[in-house]
Amino acid sequence: MKFTDFVCFEATIPELQAKNRDEAIGELVTALDKSGKLPKGTREDIIKAVIKREKEASTGIGKGVAIPHVKYAGAKKAVAVIGQSSAGIDFCALDEQPVYSVILLISPVDNPDRHLQAMETVFRHLQHERFRKFLRQCRTPEKVEDLLREVDEGPSW
Amino acid sequence: MSKATVEIKNADGLHMRPAMLFVDLASQFDSDITVSNGQSSVDGKSIMQMSMLAATCGTKLSIQAEGPDAHKAIDTLRHLVEVQMFNEPAPARRTQ
Repeated sequence: MKFTDFVCFEATIPELQAKNRDEAIGELVTALDKSGKLPKGTREDIIKAVIKREKEASTGIGKGVAIPHVKYAGAKKAVAVIGQSSAGIDFCALDEQPVYSVILLISPVDNPDRHLQAMETVFRHLQHERFRKFLRQCRTPEKVEDLLREVDEGPSW
Repeated sequence: MSKATVEIKNADGLHMRPAMLFVDLASQFDSDITVSNGQSSVDGKSIMQMSMLAATCGTKLSIQAEGPDAHKAIDTLRHLVEVQMFNEPAPARRTQ
């Protein structure tokens, strides 16, 4: 799967206002909602569901990135949004370091395979230091989109 | 060296929570653990790499352990995947 198959670029937040995990999740879900990617009236519910999932086990897997996600019954198709923080956010990460890039993914309940494929795309690239560094340096939504489109096309990646 | 082929049996597949259980368990052993889906081989002690396998329900993975406790590692990991099924449900049976 490609980033362009599930990332909502218009919802990208180049500089999160959030200072902590729950606020960052709130900002990102709200951005998806504003872009019309979530079923009407589900915003609050989805924020709660993502935070609940995050409390079970942190998706801050280290190296400055976090991938909060949830399978939500009302969601129609997998959609992700990217948020950046130059100051870093305390995400209760496994390595206890701040998080600079957050990729939040909302998936429907009834298509676990597609959820896995989206996560595979995210992790395949996040494991490379060069990608993490480039992503972290993107300071505008356009730069994020350019990077992910380039990675999608990718022989050099 | 010890190895085994296991099948993912829980409905949601090897998503992040099961992958973390696997990594936590694998990390308790001294042996190097490698997991392969036929296309890529990854470090069984790395959550980032394990999440890359995108192993859906029904996927077969080969687990390889190399080190002093290789045999025990394989037995324990196989149990987690196939018997415990990561404490998750199997797919609902389809009505004919």
